[in-house]
Amino acid sequence: MTGIAITLRALHDGERRMEHDLLAAAERHRADHEIRHVATDVARWSHEHVERLAHAASHYGLDLAQHVDHPSLGRWTTLREKTAEALGRRPETGLVLLHDLRDLHLTATENSLNWEMLAQTAKATRDSRLLDLATACHPQTLRQMRWTNTMIKTLAPQLLTCM
Amino acid sequence: MPRESDRIAHPWGARTPYGPGRPWPVRVDSFLQPGMSAEHIERWVPTASLLHSNGDAMDIAVADGRIVGVRGRAGDRVNRGRLGPKDLFGWQANHATDRLTTPLVRDGGELVACDWDIAMARIVTAAKSLLGERGPGAIGFYTSGQLFLEEYYTLAVIARAGIGTNHLDGNTRLCTATAAEALKETFGCDGQPASYADVDHADVIALFGHNMAETQPVLWMRALDRLEGPEPPRLVCVDPRPTPAARCATVHLAPRAGTNVALLNALLHEIIRTDRIDRDYIDARTVGFDELAAQVATCTPAWAAGICDVPARKIEHAAEVLGEAERLLSTVLQGVYQSHQATAAAVQVNNLQLIRGMLGRPGCGVLQMNGQPTAENTRECGADGDLPGFRNWQNDRHVTDLAEIWNVEPTRIPHYAPPTPAMQIFRYAEQGSIRMLWISGTNPAVSLPDLARIRSILGQERLFTVVQDLFLTETAQLADVVMPAATWGEKTGTFTNADRTVHLSDKAVDPPGEARPDLDIFLDFARRMDFRDRDERPLIAWHDPESAFEAWKRCSEGRPCDYTGLTYDRLRGDSGIQWPCTAQAPDGTERLYTGGITWAAPDVCETYGRDLVTGAAVSETEYRALNPDGRAVLKAAEYLPPHEDTDDEYPLQLNTGRTLYHFHTRTKTGRVPQLNAAAPDVWVELSPSEASRHGLAEGDLVEVTSPRGSLRGRLRITGIRDGMVFVPFHYGYWDTPAGDQPGADGGGRAANETTVTDWDPASKQPLFKTAAARLTLIAPGDGAIAPAPTTGASAPVHPRTIPPTIGGPAAVAVHTTDVLEGGAR
Repeated sequence: MTGIAITLRALHDGERRMEHDLLAAAERHRADHEIRHVATDVARWSHEHVERLAHAASHYGLDLAQHVDHPSLGRWTTLREKTAEALGRRPETGLVLLHDLRDLHLTATENSLNWEMLAQTAKATRDSRLLDLATACHPQTLRQMRWTNTMIKTLAPQLLTCM
Repeated sequence: MPRESDRIAHPWGARTPYGPGRPWPVRVDSFLQPGMSAEHIERWVPTASLLHSNGDAMDIAVADGRIVGVRGRAGDRVNRGRLGPKDLFGWQANHATDRLTTPLVRDGGELVACDWDIAMARIVTAAKSLLGERGPGAIGFYTSGQLFLEEYYTLAVIARAGIGTNHLDGNTRLCTATAAEALKETFGCDGQPASYADVDHADVIALFGHNMAETQPVLWMRALDRLEGPEPPRLVCVDPRPTPAARCATVHLAPRAGTNVALLNALLHEIIRTDRIDRDYIDARTVGFDELAAQVATCTPAWAAGICDVPARKIEHAAEVLGEAERLLSTVLQGVYQSHQATAAAVQVNNLQLIRGMLGRPGCGVLQMNGQPTAENTRECGADGDLPGFRNWQNDRHVTDLAEIWNVEPTRIPHYAPPTPAMQIFRYAEQGSIRMLWISGTNPAVSLPDLARIRSILGQERLFTVVQDLFLTETAQLADVVMPAATWGEKTGTFTNADRTVHLSDKAVDPPGEARPDLDIFLDFARRMDFRDRDERPLIAWHDPESAFEAWKRCSEGRPCDYTGLTYDRLRGDSGIQWPCTAQAPDGTERLYTGGITWAAPDVCETYGRDLVTGAAVSETEYRALNPDGRAVLKAAEYLPPHEDTDDEYPLQLNTGRTLYHFHTRTKTGRVPQLNAAAPDVWVELSPSEASRHGLAEGDLVEVTSPRGSLRGRLRITGIRDGMVFVPFHYGYWDTPAGDQPGADGGGRAANETTVTDWDPASKQPLFKTAAARLTLIAPGDGAIAPAPTTGASAPVHPRTIPPTIGGPAAVAVHTTDVLEGGAR
């Protein structure tokens, strides 16, 4: 497998994880309404990235098509939602939220670095298909990073001092 | 020659037509208590309207120590003597027999009367112990859009530098936060670019989600007078309801709820495609045009038609009217601000003005309107989630500057993160990290979304709740300490309307019982808490409204909202004055940005901006790179589907809103006979085809149910768009047997039983207009009629079957149009 194919696969996995983790966080933190809604909105970007990566992959001898469906959160979804609502009044859930935001930020950062590698390689090899893909998707990954960073910065002082 | 008319039946009164560029003729309206005439009046005391954001100037008539009526001020730039129905009749609420007259404290589960010392001691003890045990983050303040500038400024100093908490916001978060955020995103700073006088000059007026006739009736009188004069302006109206403006419009677009960004992107697409843009203005004054053009490149009218459910040719027609305008005035209100993608949509209206070069000239402007009378002051004073004087919490120089003014260490002013918006304050209270919440002049138990949740938060044992208000509101009934407050006419202060006009409101009469001005309550608290500055002197050195105003002037100096040219004496003149008012501009400033965009420079701007989809903060470095010269920012946004959409279980879009005869939870307007009789109870609006699909008829008692809760009201069949149900908000429970919540039969009355907890990520304004609901028949009407007025957007489609809304003899007011300029006094 070429380096490009390896990076495409890593990104495909990373964006799938990002979508899954965003949707899981949206459920787990239903009582934190901004997290819930924005996480669902920006999960859509990762879903589109996964589709576009799968489409592009075939040109690099890679088959990612079997993974394009929405990741399933499975039958625990309802239980997770109920738990979120029941625990929504406990200050400790603030720590779980910060932990989840931190993980989301790290996943987005990893994806961002992979997009960077892909874009640089595309420029060096004058591969316009690849460059267009990275140019279209990378800004949204950066926005996911800025969002998680902003939320951590905003929430941490309250959630860590008022346990 | 004075004339009389029923101003409930004719809310906008008689016409005084005028042509473009002419001054708006004077018409002086007045209403006095029956049996009272001009010779009985001892004093006329200057003030302005407190029951909406228009800022209509008026004088209070005083006889025998009581308010006995009001009269519009002929010389004022805002209203030229006119008054709306709420202005004419609203003052009677001051006399209501159920005013709070003593403080109350909760003892053994009951609220019992006490004296001020006992009430204040409870508050101070709670505040001190929380500060010691849990720190300033345990204390939050939620204030109003109806106090005075002096009160907000004092509260801001108490919260930020006294307590040191980041948790201070106003209920302006529900009404005006998006206006502020949209102005900040585009111009780097808050402050209305346009002036109401632009109505005199415009050849096209576009209203985006703005039911001007019902929310700013006097501004609508101005528009009506233009419409009846020579060379009338053309109107473009975006509203799902058949408002009076929609009925007068050249083009009326009634989109599905939650699709404003799609519609606006299509309008921008058409204007750019047909090259109706001002290239020179764009090049000289803005950044970001290429990104905007790329974002809307695929947003054709046909694309938007599929999302918004309006015909593509109507979108093209609207774009044509907007694109051909020579003097375009756009106005925006809750149909945008309280809907999905609020800031993104409001910003696209700014973009429309900018790419057409329609700014800074007579008739060319954008009015990002406010809902409440003193909303602008919460924004200026930093009582709404900003730092005072439009200072940037991310800019250390701005914080240092503020610390100098207050003579405290900069670290004492929380600026590690943006100030906490209202909905997050309630979330922290729900979660248990905020333990004391001080609510002044507002009623969240009716006005916030998802009321069952709000009641359960306020009702928590662990939350110490303080309420100061005029009446025992739904919220006050849940409080631990209740303080009786004085109101408009009973205290002195200044307030500023949506077009930056500052009015003075003088005390006319004494408040009832032991009620005190909000300023006195805050000053008393500060004294008892013994807040000190860096030199151990009292942190708050002022002691009355005028000294508070002088302190605020120092804080505003050099900032966009500069008040240094104003004094109480100057404001006692014939007309209000627009800020900035300085030595260089002693008569105030009619329009901003006449000479270019001035406050978006990186060192000056109030914010570096936010991502319109996620709300993520833009960093200083990014902003400097994007906008080094401080031009207006054309910020593009992609359309996103609403978070709660219709399905089989909840097939209707639920829309809520304000109407002509009531205001903020009806605390005052519900106690005014003429206003209460015109709209005494909640109702439910549906289109004719939707009603027949549901098998429902006018007057049927129906239940509106969403995933959160339900309410009951009688059905009014109107010209509202299909697929939507509308409920007027702000009917609560104080005038029902239950008192503070739905009765035992489960039949709620407040629209917010059903609304969703969701807010715009950029402005943090809650979304009251994007929920899904279903309708069920509870009982057939059998000839009953919905208690909905016939005068506004709730007018019936079959008027012959419904008696028109009238006020009768009790609602007869006087007007005169033959007064000489400025001579009505």
